Formats: sequence, structure tokens, C-alpha cells
Amino acid sequence: MSETHSAEPSHGQLTREDVLKVARLARLGLDESEVEEFTGQLGQVLGYVGILEEADTEGVEPLAGASERTDVLREDEPGESLTRDQALSGAPRHDDRFFLVPPVLDTSAE
Amino acid sequence: MPSPTTIIGLEVHVQLQTRTKIFCGCANRFNPDEPNVQTCPVCLGLPGALPVMNRRALELSVRAGLALSGTIAGLTKWDRKQYYYPDLPKAYQISQYDLPFCQGGHLDVDVEQENGEIQSRHIRLIRVHLEEDAGKNLHDESGRGGDSRVDLNRAGTPLLEIVSEPDIRSAAEARRYLEEIRLLMVYLGVSDCNMQEGSLRCDANVNLEISNSANESIRTPIVEVKNLNSFRGVEAALVYEISRQQREFEQCGGIYADTAKQTRGWDADRGVTFAQRGKEEASDYRYFPDPDLLPVSFSDEWIEIQRAELCEPPADRRRRFVAELGLSEYDAGVLVDRGRETADYFEAVATACGDAKQAANWVTQDVLRELNEREETIESFPIDAQGLASLLGMITSGDLTTRSGREVFSSLMNNQGGDGSIVERIASIVEERGLSAVADSGALETVIDAVISRNEKAAEDFRGGKDAAIGKLIGEVMREVGGADPNAVRETLISRLRP
Amino acid sequence: MTACREPASVLIERLSNGETTSLELTEACLAEITSHDGAVGAFLHVAGDSARQAAESIDRRRAAGEPLGRLAGLPVAVKDVLVTRDQPTTCGSRMLEGWTPPYDAHTVEKLRDADAVLIGKTNMDEFAMGSTTENSAFGPTRTPWQLDCVAGGSSGGSAAAVSAGFAPLAVGSDTGGSIRQPASFCGVVGLKPSYGRVSRYGLVAYASSLDQVGPFARDVAGAAMLLEVLAGHDRRDGTSVDQPVPPYGQQLEKPVDGLRIGICPDHFGDGLDPEVREAVERALDIYRGLGADVQEIELPHSRFAVACYYLVAPSEASSNLARYDGIHYGRRTDDHDGLVEMYSNSRGAAFGTEVKRRIMLGTYALSAGYYDAYYLKAQKVRRLIQQDYSQAFADVDVIASPVAPTPAVRLGQLTDDPLQMYLADAYTISANLAGLPGVSIPAGFSQDGRPIGLQLLANAFTEDRLLRAAAMHERETDWHLATPTFAGDAC
Repeated sequence: MSETHSAEPSHGQLTREDVLKVARLARLGLDESEVEEFTGQLGQVLGYVGILEEADTEGVEPLAGASERTDVLREDEPGESLTRDQALSGAPRHDDRFFLVPPVLDTSAE
Repeated sequence: MPSPTTIIGLEVHVQLQTRTKIFCGCANRFNPDEPNVQTCPVCLGLPGALPVMNRRALELSVRAGLALSGTIAGLTKWDRKQYYYPDLPKAYQISQYDLPFCQGGHLDVDVEQENGEIQSRHIRLIRVHLEEDAGKNLHDESGRGGDSRVDLNRAGTPLLEIVSEPDIRSAAEARRYLEEIRLLMVYLGVSDCNMQEGSLRCDANVNLEISNSANESIRTPIVEVKNLNSFRGVEAALVYEISRQQREFEQCGGIYADTAKQTRGWDADRGVTFAQRGKEEASDYRYFPDPDLLPVSFSDEWIEIQRAELCEPPADRRRRFVAELGLSEYDAGVLVDRGRETADYFEAVATACGDAKQAANWVTQDVLRELNEREETIESFPIDAQGLASLLGMITSGDLTTRSGREVFSSLMNNQGGDGSIVERIASIVEERGLSAVADSGALETVIDAVISRNEKAAEDFRGGKDAAIGKLIGEVMREVGGADPNAVRETLISRLRP
Repeated sequence: MTACREPASVLIERLSNGETTSLELTEACLAEITSHDGAVGAFLHVAGDSARQAAESIDRRRAAGEPLGRLAGLPVAVKDVLVTRDQPTTCGSRMLEGWTPPYDAHTVEKLRDADAVLIGKTNMDEFAMGSTTENSAFGPTRTPWQLDCVAGGSSGGSAAAVSAGFAPLAVGSDTGGSIRQPASFCGVVGLKPSYGRVSRYGLVAYASSLDQVGPFARDVAGAAMLLEVLAGHDRRDGTSVDQPVPPYGQQLEKPVDGLRIGICPDHFGDGLDPEVREAVERALDIYRGLGADVQEIELPHSRFAVACYYLVAPSEASSNLARYDGIHYGRRTDDHDGLVEMYSNSRGAAFGTEVKRRIMLGTYALSAGYYDAYYLKAQKVRRLIQQDYSQAFADVDVIASPVAPTPAVRLGQLTDDPLQMYLADAYTISANLAGLPGVSIPAGFSQDGRPIGLQLLANAFTEDRLLRAAAMHERETDWHLATPTFAGDAC
């Protein structure tokens, strides 16, 4: 979604394009029926969560986690690493040295 | 038409010199030959694994922030920056969004202008933040579109990002800024900044402000040039990009179809920047606070402890070498820019021998020449600072001529003079070769008189005002008296011939 | 009654005085699983051989007089959301089918250290998203009490395993009620600890700021015993709290003096099944009879809890589940044209509908232009909810409520309507938003024989008092002693 997109929550007014955009952002392949289903359902849920607007949160600090502790650090001391075989063991494709992926084409010469 | 103004901001990435990665105990080590051996559930992003912040990474970060005169936040937190890329195993990078540990700051850089004048430039910083590095994608270069390979040894290396304001006005200035950052980080022990190994990298945002035919000031669209991995690369890429934007401006007359920021790569072989296909939806990273990492608070006491760990920054040191030790700007620059250890060495020599200028001459010329030839660093240099200082002391006191001093120096470099300390070896070399300066002026005068009488023509020429003629006479006296001080010889000759 | 249906404390006793062996117990559990799990669907993986080996080894060590761990020889089932280095871990998803992690979760290490016998991995809603276990890619779990009804979720497999006598103890995880609600549907005790009480290291994340690992048992003592093993500080989880673990089991007999119970009128409004209401009120009467002071409290922001939760949890989930990209582990489809499509097609093919729905919701809530209105707003409301509870706990020791608006529902009853399903979490999710401990204890049955649970919540890190309050009710009732009978089962 671009920065210029409406900042107003679109309660219950999710469009098909919104769904496709979000699916692209989430790298989530949806089939036609899912697109349709989600357009309605997500719109419904977003409509429901609009209830939060009724909560007066003026001056309320957001709470990111149940714990508000700070400063949990580890010392800079080596721990155990996995072997390469272990690291690669779950990979759908590897060549015993590297993980393999389809070509990463992010450049195109001028 | 006024010439265009260049507007450059740099984002510099510095890998921190910790033993282990930022969130796990895997080794933080450049190791391209053994891919995927420095990983664990955490840096592989395995389901269920959790990050815990490395204390040392924080300390080094805060020291860097302080040295850059930034304001250290009382409370800082980490956010997830979300995008898909094979070298990013969690599909988010743990970075800092709205509460970086350091804001503001600046770096002053001396830059030689086109007219040869040195100008000090004040480059302001926007922020410094601490994040994790990604792994490495190795693309198939056969051109057959083969699979890319992914090595996660680097994934999770602690990485500082130093973001400047767009205060940089030329490619050369950008280079100097980057060099100064590198030097500062190495001085602080924050990073080894080894550019070949990628521990210092940089992206440059560049555009131009140009007046068009109607005398309106137009800004060209900002271009981000990615992955500049050498000083030369930064300068060359920016030189190219500045002229490219200028050409483009001339072609379109300042009317752009698309003014959005563009991302370009730098092809060092061809010497051109090239358009990169932007990561799809790259503008929406969906940052949010990482619920796995608790925020970190810095007390004033803790910050002061880190400040106490700082060393004198290179810029201050250069200034001090000039102001207090009387060095030339040039010598001060050479000594300081060579690295903290070299400057420390020089300072130790200067203090011990009491003659900073002489120490600077010897270190910048003799010592650095040897180091360059041997491709060694000052730490492994065979003559320690005390040794060199004592040699220089002998020269200053007249016990040794400069020429003999050089001979002793090179003997020491060739491991001569026995097994003792450098001072003992110097004594034994001087003794062995009879290099001790001839202190008995009577003996010297006898030789001089003999030389004058053998070289009547040269003596006559000199008397007649031909200054160069004295060289031959000095040379001959020197050959005859091993340890003679050439200055003393010159003075005696002059007093004889032009009384 | 089979051996495995005895409470854990009884079995520990029998093991230590030699009345039975770990191998006998393990075999008994495995036999029950073989006979009945086809109908229940509690397990995704049964580790028969390694369980037998572990049991034999513990028996040998016991015979040799060696010191043994606190759960020595007791079979324990583990929700398939905790990584295990010797057993596959799927999270109920095709995405991780066939994946055996190279490491153990902290809680799994703790179980091994306590000499528990890890008998298998239990079924769950895919990536813990759901409240019926119907979102498992490998088939639903049914409550052993009525096989046409769901076991609840997302820890349905663990709840059903304990209920059915497949294991005396089981481990689950709770992000919005995923331990307490299935405990209620299956008639067992299930406890969600305070956030930070148990390490999340090796717990596959759904919503990191809400997830907690916790115990299932047949009675309060069993839950206390297992919690004692699971709890404790872990340096590998920054959110894990470095506080001593009290001996939860030791003081259970001691009632909470002058117990003050809070009830929130909002929890007893429309939509609450009359039989559930009756069970909760009966439980409150029992407490009153024990001298407890039952008083009304206000939780003014509880009406926002479902909306808050369904922004926070999916937002975190959308990020936590981004890593399943078909590169470093998990599924990759061959059907793609390049990298971007590989991501989309792999994720599209391997994730189920509910997971996709929540990823979509969370991605939307975090995306540019919506962050403030959704995610940030939800975080602010989350603080208000937490403040409500800290104020309430100034006046009361525990808050009592239903666990779910109804007893176990029929399979398929809710799956078509996500919003209705989300609303059914209303009683449980506040504990996660506020980081509080909560327990579900058996409190009765519907007329047609489905279990009903009572939920008690307490202030953070007061599990000891929460368990004591729960034990007070348990001592006065025998709901926890009832066991389901399978059709054709002789006992």
C-alpha cells in the first residue's frame, strides 16, 4: 500500500484490489474463491474492529507486550552453532553447501 | 547559468567487531569459503527461535554514537522491517525505526577543494541505529539463469547504520567523509572496516539542484546508488551519477515524467550506474516493534562509562599534532590516517626522543616505507618506539650523523646487531662499524685542509661564488671520515673558504 | 479405568513405590492411543519406540537407585507447536510437514530433564490459529466426550489426549485461550501461565507478545506439578522472567484465606449458553459456601478485547509467519515462474484458510496508512485493558468467568463464520492481552454430556494463589473424576 493511500480505516469496505494488494505484500497466493471470500470476511472483521474508535485512548501509551521490562542482554560469548548439514537439513533445495533459490533477478542493465 | 549544486547524503553500514552475532552465540567472522557453518536456530530464523541482544554490540554502538557527537537515547527499541529476500531468513530484518539509539551528531571532514585549498566541511548526521546484517546471495554468473545460492554465515552480524543529512556537496567530499568514518570506527575499535570483506558499505542518495532556462531552481529526482564497497567506488559512482543526472536534466529540460526516488546499482567494471528493478512494494516495510526484544534503557552513568572508553578521535589528534607538536598538516594527516597504532607509535617516539618533527620525518618516511615494502603493520615492526627514539636521540645530540642513523636503521631492519634490546643492538652496530660521529674537531679540520689542497679547482670555484662546488668537497671529506656530521663539515669548509 | 486415566500425582506415587513401571504406563497409554485415537485425532505423531526406550531407561535408573527427575517415568504429550529434535514438528500445517527441527524447545528440554516420557506430538489448529482444532491440516480433534463435537483449540490434541487417557499430562500453548478453552471442552484442567513465566524458546510463534506454554492435567495437582517443571527463567527468551518458581504443588491443600472473587457482569450477558451460566453460578456458590467473598468488578474496556486481540495477534502473526518462504525449511512448490511467484505459490499452497485470513488481516493492519488506525490503536486499547485488570486485582484475588460461551460445538458449526468464531474467544483473550495467568477447571456438564469449564484469572505471577483457589473448588466437586467412555469401551 502506498503512503498516499487513505489513512482512514475502511470499515467493512475492503475492495478486491485491497485484498490483492495485501496478498502481494504478504507473498500469499490466493485463488479466485479465496480472494472473494476474504474480501467479504476481512471487510466484516475490519468493520467489527472499528469498535476500537469508541475507546478513548487520548494520551495512552501503546503497550507492545505484556511485559514492560527492559535491558535483557546477553554477553558476547560464543554459543553452539549447528553443523552445515543441520543448517541445510530442512531446506527444500540445497547443494550441500548453500541453500538454493530461483535466480534473484533484481538488476537489469541500463 | 549558475553551476548545479550537488546534494548527497550517505547511509554508511559498519559491521561491529564483536565476537558473536547480534542475537546469538554464532561467530561473527568473515568466512566465505565455508558457507553456512556459522548458523544456529536464531540466525537461521528457525521456527521457535528467539533473539537476545548482545551487550557488546550495544556498547560499541553507543561509543560510535558518542564519537560522532550524537545524542544517545534514554530508551531505545528494535522494530521489524519486513521484506522478502532469500538472504533474510525471517523475512524481516530486526532494525530500528522510530527510536534509534542515537540521533543527530556530525562529522567534520577536511576536503581539498578544486582550487587546492583545504576546507573543513561540517556533515550533520540524522541518526545512527543498530540492526542485523543479512546473509549473502550469490547469483549465478554464467548467464544461464541458474539458481542463486544463499550463505547465512553473515546473517545476524551486528551492523551500524550511520545516516547523514544531505550535507555532502561533491563526490570527493563523499569519499573523504567515508574515509573519515572508517578511520574513526577503526580508531574506536568499533569495526575493522575491511571493505574487501564488506564490513564497511555504503549507499548514496544523490540529486542536483539546477537552474533551468527560466532561472527556476529545479531538483533532479533523488537516486539511491546501492552497495558501494570501496572509496574509489563511492567517488566514481557519484561522479558518474552527477554527470548522468546533469545530462538527463539537459535532455528533459528539467521536466521529469517520474520524480519518484530511483534505485541504481554501480557497475565498477563498466564505470556506470544502472537502474535496478525496485523490490516490489519495497516502500511498505510494515515496521512494528519486535515483541521478542525488550527495549533497552541507557542510564547517564552507563553512557559516561562508554564515553570514558573513547579514544581521542582522529580529527582531534591531527589538530593536536599540528598545534602542540608543530607538525605540518600533511605529516599529521599521514600519521593519523595510517591508523591509531601508527599514530601511537609516532607519539611514543616523539615523546621519548623529544623532537617531534624529527620523529615525524622518520616515521612518515623511513618507517612507513619499510612497512609498505614489507606489507606489514606497525604492530609487527621490528624497531620499537623506544628503540627508534634512542636512535633519533643520538642523532639530535650529534653522537650520530643522520646518514649513520639511516645505516643503523637499515641494519636493525636486517636483524643485525645481535640478540639484545634495540638500544643494545644500536650500540653494537655503531661500535662495529665505527659510526660514532667524529667529535674531535681537530681531526676533522686536518682532513678538510687535506681535501681543500687536493681539490684546488673546486675550492676556487666556491670561493668565486659557485655554491654548488662545495658538494664535491663535502663528499670527499665524508668518504674519508666515517661518522662525520655533514652539517659540521659544511660549516667548517665554509669558514675556511669564505672566512 | 485404564492406568493413564489416574491423576498424575497418583501415578508418580505408584511409580516411586514400585506398584507400576514407566514401561507399563507407557504401554498402557500407547494401547489407548492405538485403540481410540483414530476416533479422537489427538496425535499427529506417536513416538512409540522412543517413548518405550525412554521408559525402560528410566525404569532401569530407578531400579539402580539413581536420582530421577520430578516427572520420572510419566508419559507426557506435547503440542506440535513445540520443536523437538527427535520428533517431527508440523504445527498442524502442510508447510512444515516432514520437518524435524535440529533443536529442542526449552520446555521440551525441561521435560526431558524431569525424566518425562515424551509420548508424541498432539494435534492443533494450524500454527495455533483457531479454537476448534478443525484448522489442522491433518484432520480435526474431537472431544472424547462426544465424538461429533470439537475438542476446542488450538491445543485440542493435548486437551483430548489427557481427557481420553492417552497421557496423564500434556503441554499446550495459549495465545488467546488455546489451553483454557479446549480444557473446558474436554473436561480437564488447563492453565495459561503469566506471560514470561515459561520460556517461549522453541515455541513456534503465532503472536509473540501473547503466546505462553502451559500444562494440561486431570486435576489441579497435576497442572501444578507440570507447571513447576515447565516454568523458569531462560536466557534464550528475553521475555522470560528471572523469578524463582514457587513449589506450586506443595500448598494446594491450603485454601486462600478470605478468598475474594471478582465477577464482571459483562461476562454473563447475551450469548452465554444457559447451561454454562448455570455451571459458573454453581461454582460461585461453592466458593461462597467456602467463605469466599464474591463481588462484582468493572472491566470497562473488556468489550474492546476481541477487537484488540484480532488486530494485535494477526499483526504479529503476519510477521512471524513470513519466514515460511520455502527457502530455508518448509514447503516449496515447483509450480512457479521465478522467485516472487515461488514465495506466493509456496505459501498459497501450504497454508490453510484461517492462517491466510490472519496473515491478510495482520498485513493489512500493519501496512502504510493503516498502522495508526489499527495496530497502534489496538496497542493503546491493550494498555487500557491491562489497567482494568490491575485495578480489579487491587480488590480481588481471582476473577471468575465462563471459559467459552458454550460447551464444545459440533464439527463444522463455526468454521464458515470467522467473526462469530473470534467472538467466542471473548472470555479468554484478555488474560493474554494483559499477560495474566488463567486456569480452566471442570465445573459440570451440559445435559447431553459435554464438559463445561470455569475460568479463574489472577494477577500476574500469582499462579500459586490461582492454583490454590482452583483446588478449593476441586475438593468440593468431582467433575474432574468423570471420564469419557468411548463407544464399545468396556470401562
